[in-house]
Amino acid sequence: MNPLHGNFSPTRGRETLARALVLRRTEPVLLDLCVAAIGLAVFYAIVRIAMLWAGPTSEQMVVSLSPRALPQYAFYSVVRIFLAYVLSLVFAISYGYLAAYNIRVESFMIAALDILQSIPVLSFLPPVMLAMIALFPTRHFGVELGAILLLFTGAVWNMAFSFYSSIKSIPRELREAADINRFSWLQRLVQLELPYAAIGLVWNSIMSVAGAWFTLMACEMFHFGSKDFRLPGLGSYLQTAADLKDGKAIAWGLVTMIAIIVAIDQLIWRPLIGWSDKFKFEQVESSQHVSSPLVHLFTRSNALAAIARHTTEPLNEAIYIKLANRRREQVARLAAHPETHAGRGGKVATWVLLALLGIGVLFAAQRAVELVRPVVGAQYLELLKGAGATFLRVNFSLALAAAWTIPVGVAIGSHPRLARVAQPLAQIAASVPATALFPVVLLLLIRLGGGLGIGSIALMLLGTQWYILFNVIAGAMAIPTDLKEVATLFRFSNVERWRKLILPGIFPFLITGMVTASGGAWNASIFAEYFTLNGKTLTTLGLGEQINAATANGQFPIILLGTILISLMVVTTNRLVWRRLYRLAETRFRLDG
Amino acid sequence: MPQTIIRAERVEKYYAQPSANRIQVIAPTDLSVCAGEILALLGPSGSGKSTLLRMLTGLSTPSAGQVFWHDQLIATAEPNVSIVFQSFALFPWLTVLENVEAPLQARGLDAAEQRKRGLRILDTVGLDGFQTAYPKELSGGMRQRVGFARALVVEPEVLFMDEPFSALDVLTAENLRSELLELWQKKTIPTKAIFLVTHNIEEAVLLADRIIVLGRNPGVIRTDFKVTLPHPRDRKSEAFTQLVDYIYKVLTQPGERPPALPTAPPGVSVKATESRAAHYQELPHARPGGIAGLLELLIDRHGKDDIYRLADDLGFEIDDLLPIVDAAQMLGFLTITEGDAEITPAGAEYANSEILRQKELFRKAAVDNVLLLRQIVRAIEAKSNHSVPEEFFHDLLDEQFTEEVTLRQLETAINWGRYAELFDFDAARRRFIEPEKTSPEAVDDPDAETEE
Repeated sequence: MNPLHGNFSPTRGRETLARALVLRRTEPVLLDLCVAAIGLAVFYAIVRIAMLWAGPTSEQMVVSLSPRALPQYAFYSVVRIFLAYVLSLVFAISYGYLAAYNIRVESFMIAALDILQSIPVLSFLPPVMLAMIALFPTRHFGVELGAILLLFTGAVWNMAFSFYSSIKSIPRELREAADINRFSWLQRLVQLELPYAAIGLVWNSIMSVAGAWFTLMACEMFHFGSKDFRLPGLGSYLQTAADLKDGKAIAWGLVTMIAIIVAIDQLIWRPLIGWSDKFKFEQVESSQHVSSPLVHLFTRSNALAAIARHTTEPLNEAIYIKLANRRREQVARLAAHPETHAGRGGKVATWVLLALLGIGVLFAAQRAVELVRPVVGAQYLELLKGAGATFLRVNFSLALAAAWTIPVGVAIGSHPRLARVAQPLAQIAASVPATALFPVVLLLLIRLGGGLGIGSIALMLLGTQWYILFNVIAGAMAIPTDLKEVATLFRFSNVERWRKLILPGIFPFLITGMVTASGGAWNASIFAEYFTLNGKTLTTLGLGEQINAATANGQFPIILLGTILISLMVVTTNRLVWRRLYRLAETRFRLDG
Repeated sequence: MPQTIIRAERVEKYYAQPSANRIQVIAPTDLSVCAGEILALLGPSGSGKSTLLRMLTGLSTPSAGQVFWHDQLIATAEPNVSIVFQSFALFPWLTVLENVEAPLQARGLDAAEQRKRGLRILDTVGLDGFQTAYPKELSGGMRQRVGFARALVVEPEVLFMDEPFSALDVLTAENLRSELLELWQKKTIPTKAIFLVTHNIEEAVLLADRIIVLGRNPGVIRTDFKVTLPHPRDRKSEAFTQLVDYIYKVLTQPGERPPALPTAPPGVSVKATESRAAHYQELPHARPGGIAGLLELLIDRHGKDDIYRLADDLGFEIDDLLPIVDAAQMLGFLTITEGDAEITPAGAEYANSEILRQKELFRKAAVDNVLLLRQIVRAIEAKSNHSVPEEFFHDLLDEQFTEEVTLRQLETAINWGRYAELFDFDAARRRFIEPEKTSPEAVDDPDAETEE
């Protein structure tokens, strides 16, 4: 332990008997009690989860709509999201790390990431679920693992991207400082790469978890072929409530969900953002300090410190010593036999591995081609028609979102007083997953005489407009005051003001928002075009509908083709439209250049 | 004979190009770092000083040639060296003490030993009481002290410094320099040699026992000599200013044999330059406004002045002034002899003219003297749509320069061409285009079209 940190310095020791410090002295004891209570609660939670998971599969589980069941359901859902998130974090860091340090596979891994990101989560559903159930046929664990993996596929890609690009942008001199001081890979990861990537990872984690809530609705309850899977959770609760048109249950479910999301935001994300401020690379100290009860608890508890002193710290030291010794041995070996340092055995192994991998990929690709062979011409035509419909729908919803968010966003962004009121409200509105609100919206629409055609656009809007809104607000706030003054000084007309100042000013932000929104809209289209309400299945023409219907009927070839079509469309529009606009935004419309 | 710690044999660095050409950053060079000396490596920007430093530390592998650490190949040895960086390169998320302990942790020392050595070195560099501060809470000078502490805590045999003082203000830099010299002379630190990369001539003469001057394109050793002036050195002394002047001469006369040392001490080895005829001149990164400013200043000083004094009076680093001088020289506005800049009649006319006439003179000088600009103008005239993509010239330049230099060349060319109204540049489509004809006299310059 570092005696210079915190309150253990020798000068403090003499004062400890002073009466004013009695309270301060007893505080750590209280904190220790809190930590102990949390420990017990976590233990109980693990036991409950284990009981659920180890139980037998229950295909015909009945989802109770009683509000009393909600805490338990919410707990199960939160645990699922938490586990999926942890899995995503580990995977994202490993994937980004590998991609950044293996020049040979780097571009391949990044292209793969690009494609994987474009695949809608629901397309993963049937294969993942079937595989998991096949692995654990008698236990509930299989379905549970499948759901977690699905949430994982929705959350992981942007985090991997973020970590990769952070590693790539580490300043050269910092990297050299690590190299010249003989940092082991572990020390480099802990002291350079992870801290440097922390801010990006935190923001992407927030987005990923929001995405996981969105997916939750779909993966807690679904049909595949003749099978009907249900998992106890908030998602299945809301879906069942909507199915039975139980307004009260829907309200209960929504309130619980919003409460949890707001609590997570306040207790975890806000403090985390504040804490990550420490990892800002700019060498300027920020004035704001964020305090959080949880951080306080964990940094000040004596018991935790004692545990760390006796477990992690010696272990840490032992690992570092071992790594340093290993390095020394390696250098000694090199000095003894300088010519053998290009490990030939390793190279052969890599090639063998690559060859095996190649054969595996070829085999799988060939099987996939065989799989889609029975698909007939008419079905292809149907898929293309669906693709066209979904494409139009996605872009229409984007245009609609831009049409209302640009004026509103600019208004909020250029009036600080309005921003203070509107921003928190918009944040809460944005935090509610669109899939949870969807049943409510759809019920309303049907009562008004609309159908799923409008409903699906509404769902895409619900899911994506916020990205554009928040970016436009940020853009409007970033327009320099002197430019605005120039516009006033020269008596710009309203049209001129928009054309010459506001639109170019928010352009880079708008593009960032639209790119994110377009990704979200594609993902939402799968959910939006097929919905079961009151025992009836509502559909509207589109790729999402076809993939969903194929899932329900167990038609793998259609799922595969639909997914390929969607990825193709997403990747192509990204390359042809968004990336170009992005470059334009970065060069011509930059304000700081 | 002092002990040689690091020895580089015919090391060179080049980047292979897709075409047969390769870009030579550093020509084959021999160099050794010996015990007991402070060695300063001077050179204009782009001469590969930092690249050479990184090859000597083992951070970067030479494209050809070898580096030895105590007669052992550096790749198979574990050189005990440290680097002090220009940008400090501290980890902003670690406290001062944690930053300093990090290298010890990497070497597998136990926690108590790390703490002991860390605190001792912080004491040595004058950072007592700052252990728990974060780098961002400190001033620039204090941060570089942390940089020194982190470098010295491992007791390096050779301490490398890559422009360690150039991010600091003048007074802070002066202070740190003298403290470093004191540590070195009193042997408070067990370091056996210091290798300093700098572009500040005075700094080199002030600190070094031996100075190496690099020339650029590609980097070659232009001169390598010992400095025998006793410490503390007086900037005002005759010997000091003579040495500074001498180095200025070497730096401002690329392509020529370095002149003789003012007071040639024994053991001087002056190496000849390998001057390669390049197809394109490298355009100095200077703005036309800066050139005009320099010429006007020279006229105020009766048309002639010592470059060193000029830089000093302006408070310029040599790296800031040299491109402007080079540019004026390239355009034929001034000549350089013996470290003195003298304005030419063309330069005087340029400086004394009003803006439109200035542009005209600049246009003529540019087309006469600068191959790249001439080619761009030609190409625009030759094309039926009077526009040429930037890529075309990018590829031409790429054959000869690194990517970074190529981009800077294009940027300067665009800047000069726009100023002289030789052509315009459409930034959205990345194409060179004809300038808009605003006034006939500004565009229809017969010289620009007929002269080669």
